[in-house]
Amino acid sequence: MRSRWSYVYFAFYLLLGVVLLFLNNDLSKAVITLMNVIIVLVPLIGTIFGVMYYYNSQEFTELLLAQPIKRSSIFLGQYLGVALSLSMSLILGLGIPFVFYGLFESSAIWDFSLLLITGTFLTLIFTALAFNIALSNENKIKGFGYAILLWLFLAVIYDGLFLMTLILFEDYPLDKVSLIGTMLNPIDLSRTLILLKLDISALLGYTGAVFKQFFGTSFGLIVSFVMLTIWVVMPVLRIVFKSKKKDF
Amino acid sequence: MVTIENLHKKFGKNQVLSGVDLNISEGGIFAVLGPNGSGKTTLIKSVLGMVIPDKGNITVLGENIKKNSEYRHKIDYLPQIANFPSNLRVKELIKMIKDLRKPTNEDERLIELFRLEPFLDKKLGNLSGGTKQKVNLVLTFMFDSPLIILDEPTTGLDPISLIRLKDLIKAEKAKGKTVLITSHIMSFVEEISDEIVFILEGKIYFKGSIQKLKTKTNQPDFEHAIASILTDNHA
Repeated sequence: MRSRWSYVYFAFYLLLGVVLLFLNNDLSKAVITLMNVIIVLVPLIGTIFGVMYYYNSQEFTELLLAQPIKRSSIFLGQYLGVALSLSMSLILGLGIPFVFYGLFESSAIWDFSLLLITGTFLTLIFTALAFNIALSNENKIKGFGYAILLWLFLAVIYDGLFLMTLILFEDYPLDKVSLIGTMLNPIDLSRTLILLKLDISALLGYTGAVFKQFFGTSFGLIVSFVMLTIWVVMPVLRIVFKSKKKDF
Repeated sequence: MVTIENLHKKFGKNQVLSGVDLNISEGGIFAVLGPNGSGKTTLIKSVLGMVIPDKGNITVLGENIKKNSEYRHKIDYLPQIANFPSNLRVKELIKMIKDLRKPTNEDERLIELFRLEPFLDKKLGNLSGGTKQKVNLVLTFMFDSPLIILDEPTTGLDPISLIRLKDLIKAEKAKGKTVLITSHIMSFVEEISDEIVFILEGKIYFKGSIQKLKTKTNQPDFEHAIASILTDNHA
């Protein structure tokens, strides 16, 4: 089950990479288009696959629980199995067409690597969140519902709320608030990170300048990656913690 | 062998076990009996560490089972409903469980005993309930562990397989192993077990030989003795 779907996912990215390169005929432009796709799609796929895999392998999990294996190894093994195979599909699926197109001689290689790194982070984050939701909900329908809601919230609704606050409080200095707000959502964080790397921050006006000042520096980059790592570590820790207390 | 002290477990508002004290000595076949929902499976799953008790202590072969997984090397467990991943083949499943625990050649003998050869290359999702139960039995009995726990082992078995299962259990007992069984088939329990443990409303109601139960309830046969406990407590 897992392997078949990750091949489909791999083929999808392969196709996407090839098509984008043919349509754009330019590496940097293809990277921008890809970013828009990845930022929304990667979290969605990570969430859905995570929840689906957990519920599908429930019987198998029960079989393993009666064996002399630690609980944390069972659940971390399952999580890494899903998250890493999804990441591999992403990296290979997009990497192969770009490498053939001449990525290594191009200046877009750093932008592209950043794209893949954030894509991998997003996969790890959202698969972990999905496992958390599935662990806390016996009911599959509820679990799926919450997982989709979480994705919808972080990918779409959060931005809306964020924008509303900015408009409501426009009389106040908002540099810090908007920076923190961006940091707290892994999708926004990834998007900003890539956008600024791509040197189109001029489009973002004044906030863009503030963001550029922060994210453009190596300090900002490091802080962003630390934030993304925290976003991975927290849910993974909760998987370990929660699975130790659960009854089967 | 297994010592359980003051075990409590609640699922939501449903108090399943309320203070179970049980000591299972080494060697012999013990049957855990009780009406539906009395907590038999919960008790067994607590011993296996699949259910985390709210209160109480469990030791298996002198080892406290809390935050421990190594002791499960010494337990063979047969789950109540054989829920296997449906896309695996029988052969693959057997090999995988062997990889997880330890190498053994006992499976070949068991596969022959239960006539499972024609099913080895079939996917588990396509097997009938009885055949799945046989695969389940092979997985349980192929390791030579000192403690064997069987949750409803007779489910779905045909009469010949049932006889083979009884012989298998008796052979394990002859090796000096401890076998813990739950079952609702009273004739099976009567034939095979040395001692019975009766659970009622989350507590141990009776523990002892079948003969002792008959005297206690003043009933001539085992089935009526069990029935009289149930009517006395529910009427």
